Amino acid sequence: MFAKQIMAVLGMTFMACSAQAGLDVQQWRTSQGARVFFVANHDLPMLDVSATFEAGAARDSAATAGLAGMTHALMRLGAGGLTEQQIAERLADVGAVMAQSQDADRAGFSLRTLSGASERKVALAVLQAVLSRPHFESAVLSREKARAIAGLREAETQPEFIAEREFSSRVFGTHPYGLHQRIESLAGLDATQLVAFHRQYYRAANLTLVLMGDIDRPTAEAIAQQLSQDLPAGPAADSLPAVPLRTQAETVILPHHATQSHLQIGLPGMTRDDPDYFPLLVGNYILGGGGFDSRLMQEVRDRRGFAYSVHSYFMPLRQRGAFEIGLQTRREATDEALAVVRSTVQRFLDAGPTEAELKQAQANLIGSFPLRLDSNKKIVEHLAMLGFYGLPLSWLDEYPRQVAAVTLDDIRRAFRARVVPEQMVTVIVGGQDTRGRK
Amino acid sequence: MPYPFLKIKRASISGLLGSAFGLLLGLMPLASSATVSERTLSNGLKVIVKEDHRAPVAVAQVWYRAGSMDESYGTTGVAHLLEHMMFKGTPKVPAGEFSKRIAALGGRENAFTARDYTAYFQTLQAARLEQAMALEADRMTHLTLAPEAFAKEIEVVKEERRLRTEDNPQARLYEQLLAAAYTEHPYRHPVIGWMSDLNSMTVTDARHWYERWYAPNNATLVVAGAVRPEQVFAWAEQYYGPVPRREMPIRKPFTEQEPQGGRQVTVRAPAKLPAALLAWPVPRLQQPATDVEPYALEILAGVLDGHGSARLPQALVKTQRVTLDVDVGYDSVSRGPAQFVIGLTPAEGRGVSDVIAALKGELQRLVKDGVSEVELDRAKAQVVAGQVFQQDSLFYQAMQIGEWETAGLSWRDRTLRFDRLRAVTADQVRAVAEKYLRDTRLTLAELVPLPMPIGQPALISGDSHVR
Repeated sequence: MFAKQIMAVLGMTFMACSAQAGLDVQQWRTSQGARVFFVANHDLPMLDVSATFEAGAARDSAATAGLAGMTHALMRLGAGGLTEQQIAERLADVGAVMAQSQDADRAGFSLRTLSGASERKVALAVLQAVLSRPHFESAVLSREKARAIAGLREAETQPEFIAEREFSSRVFGTHPYGLHQRIESLAGLDATQLVAFHRQYYRAANLTLVLMGDIDRPTAEAIAQQLSQDLPAGPAADSLPAVPLRTQAETVILPHHATQSHLQIGLPGMTRDDPDYFPLLVGNYILGGGGFDSRLMQEVRDRRGFAYSVHSYFMPLRQRGAFEIGLQTRREATDEALAVVRSTVQRFLDAGPTEAELKQAQANLIGSFPLRLDSNKKIVEHLAMLGFYGLPLSWLDEYPRQVAAVTLDDIRRAFRARVVPEQMVTVIVGGQDTRGRK
Repeated sequence: MPYPFLKIKRASISGLLGSAFGLLLGLMPLASSATVSERTLSNGLKVIVKEDHRAPVAVAQVWYRAGSMDESYGTTGVAHLLEHMMFKGTPKVPAGEFSKRIAALGGRENAFTARDYTAYFQTLQAARLEQAMALEADRMTHLTLAPEAFAKEIEVVKEERRLRTEDNPQARLYEQLLAAAYTEHPYRHPVIGWMSDLNSMTVTDARHWYERWYAPNNATLVVAGAVRPEQVFAWAEQYYGPVPRREMPIRKPFTEQEPQGGRQVTVRAPAKLPAALLAWPVPRLQQPATDVEPYALEILAGVLDGHGSARLPQALVKTQRVTLDVDVGYDSVSRGPAQFVIGLTPAEGRGVSDVIAALKGELQRLVKDGVSEVELDRAKAQVVAGQVFQQDSLFYQAMQIGEWETAGLSWRDRTLRFDRLRAVTADQVRAVAEKYLRDTRLTLAELVPLPMPIGQPALISGDSHVR
C-alpha cells in the first residue's frame, strides 16, 4: 500500500521542486491536546498504536533518579481496576503485544494488536487503563525496586555499563541527561512520588499518538479520544535546560579485571532540530557511523585488528545529546587504539572528508531511505519521533534532498564547531596497565 | 532472547536481527504459500522467492548448510572466521569493496553464523537487487583468502570472543552448559570457537572450509520483497548458474545418547548475581505433517513463558518472588538434537537451590494437574496473532524460509505447522513435560559469583588532548 507513496518520495529526490508527498499521514489534536498521526494501511489485519510522553529519565532529579523509569514500568503492573496479572492475561487472550521504551526525553508505550474489533477493543481498553489509571501499588513497587536494585548491582560489575555511566556523567555534568539511578535513589522511592510523577507528565499535552493499520479515520479518531480523555489534566511539561558545554579535555581511567578495555570518547553533540543535523549526520557516516564504510572501522578494525566494534554516533535529543565514539580492545592495545582513534578524528577535523567519501555517504543515506520506512513498525517509529520533537511531516519528504544538499564545507564547519578535542572526555574502563589482574 | 549466543554476526552495527527470534511467533500466514516460488538450478542451487509488494524493497539471503556443527576438534570457530573472510575480497571485488558497493547502492548487508548454517544478506531497493546478487555470486567461488587479511581478521574475531564471552559471566555459563549438555554432538562447541583453536587457526583452515562447503549445491538463495519470481530466477541463472557444483563430503550422522543421569557444571566468575541454566534433551521437528511432540513442546514453552501472564513469570517472579527473571527457550527447527532450556536469576537473598526447587515445584504441578483450556488458548492466541505480526518484517519472512530449508524441512510445510500447533491438546503438553523434563535427563549449569577483583585506583586527569 505505501510502496507507491514511498516511490513518490524517492522520485522527488530527483526533481527540483518539492510538494506535499510521501505517506498519507493524517494529523489532528484531540480535544485534550494530544497530537495524533494516523496512517490507514489495510495490507495486514493489524493495528499499531504508539503513545509517547514527555516523561523521560531527564525528568528525574538527583535525589529521585529512577523515578521516571519506575513510574513508566509500574504503569502496566496494575491499572484501571485490573491487577498486573489481569492486564497480562487480557493482552495474551487476544494475542496483543505491549512494549515499552524510555530514554532521556521520551517514555513510550507501543501496542500491536489484531485489528478485528473484538481483539482490538480488548487491547485498547487495557492500554487506556495503563496510560490513565495506573495503581502504583506499594507491594508491586517494593518488588520492582528490589529487582531494579539487584539488576543495578549486577550491571555495576560490567565494564560497558561502568563506561557508559561515567561517560554520560562527565559529558552532561549536573544536567539531567547525566543522571543515573543509584541504589539509594531507587530504594528511597515511594508510591506517592510515582503518583505525582504520573500526574505531572502523563498528560495529553505531553502526548504524541501514532495509529497505523487496518482501521478507518472515524475509528482512529475514536481511539485517539479514548486514549487521551482520561489522562491527567494540565499544561505541557516545561522545557529542559540547555546542556552546558564542556570547557576542557579530561581522561578518566577506571580499573576493571576484564580482558578488554572499554573506551568512550565524546562531548555534548546535537539536538533533534539542530540546524546542522544533516551535515553532522552525513559527516558522521564517514567518520564512524557508516559501519564498514567508516574511517574508524577501517583504521581500528580493518587495518589493525584492534576491535570487533568501533563506532561514532550523535544522539539527537531535545537538548544536545552526546556525540560518542565507542570501542573495546584487548588491554595491551588500549593506548595504541586510543591514539589511532584520536588521530583519525583529528585528521577528519583538519582536512574533512574527501569528495568520494561524501558521494558514498550520500548514496547510501539516500539510497537506503526506503529501507527506513519498509514496515508499519518503522513508519510508526518515525512518526512518533517527528510528533514528539515537533518536526514537520515534510521532514521525511525532505530527508533525501537535505542529505543531497550537504557539502564538504558544511561537514568541515559543523564538525569543527561540535567535535572539539579540547573539550572531550575520554573514559577508559580497564586500561593498558594489566598489573593487579588475576 | 532465550538463545543469546547461538547466532553471531559479523558486526553489531545492524539492528536488523533485533528480536526476530520469538518463541512462538514463528509462523507464516496461511496464504503465504501462494506467493512463494521455488526453482533449483542445474548446479543444485535452490532459489526461493517470496513476493511482498508493500514497499519497494527486497532482501536477498544466501544460506550455506555449513555451521559450527560441521567443524572438527582443533578448528572450532572456522565457520564464523570464514564468514568474516568473505568480506576480504575476490579478484574482481577487492577487499572491503563488497561492503562499499552495497553501501553505495543504498543497501544494508551483513552475515551471521550459527550452529546449523552461515548466511549472508543484503537489503536494498528492489530495483537494485540484481547488483547485490551479482556480488554475492562472485564470492561463492572466487574468494581470495589472503594471509595478510587473515592475520588481521583473526585478531578481530578474538576481540569478538573477548567481548561476547570471556568478559561476560552469563555467556560463559551458557557456553559451559552446552559443553556439558552434549557429549557426542558438535553442538557442544561454541559458534565463535574456543580461544585455543582461534589462537592456532591458519588461513589454510579457512581455505579448506571454504573449498569444502561453499558450493551452489550446499546453498539456498532466499529473496523476499517487491520482486517478480521469474526475474529473480533469471538473475540467479545468470549469476549463480556458472558456479560449478561440488562434490559434498559425507556428513556424519551425529546423534546424542540419552543422558545416563543428571549432569552439573559450575562457573565461578566475578559477578553479583548467581544464575542457573537448565537444559533437557528433547525432540526436534522432523516430520511436520505427523510429528506431535515438537509442537507440544512449543506450546509448553508458551504456557510456561510465552507472554506476561504465563506460568513461570507469574509464579516465580511475581508471586513467590524467588527469581528476578525467567527465560524459556526451545527451538524446534534445527539440524541437530534440540534442548529445552530454562534460565533463572535468583532474587536477592535467594540461592540457585531455591529457584530450582521453586521451578521444579511448578513443573511437577503442571505434570500432576495438567494445563487448563484457558492457558492453552492463550498460548495459541500468541501463535495466531504472531503469524500476522511477523509479516510486517521482510527480513524475518526470508529468515524463516532459510532456517526451515537449512534444517532439511520444506517451506511448504510451514502452513502445516500453524494448523498442527493449533491442534495441540492440553494432555499432549502435559505428556511432553512429564516425559522430557526429568531430573535424570537434566544438565544444570550454575554461576557462582566471586567478588570483584580489586583494581588500582581510578586515574583522573585534566590533561589536554593527546594528538
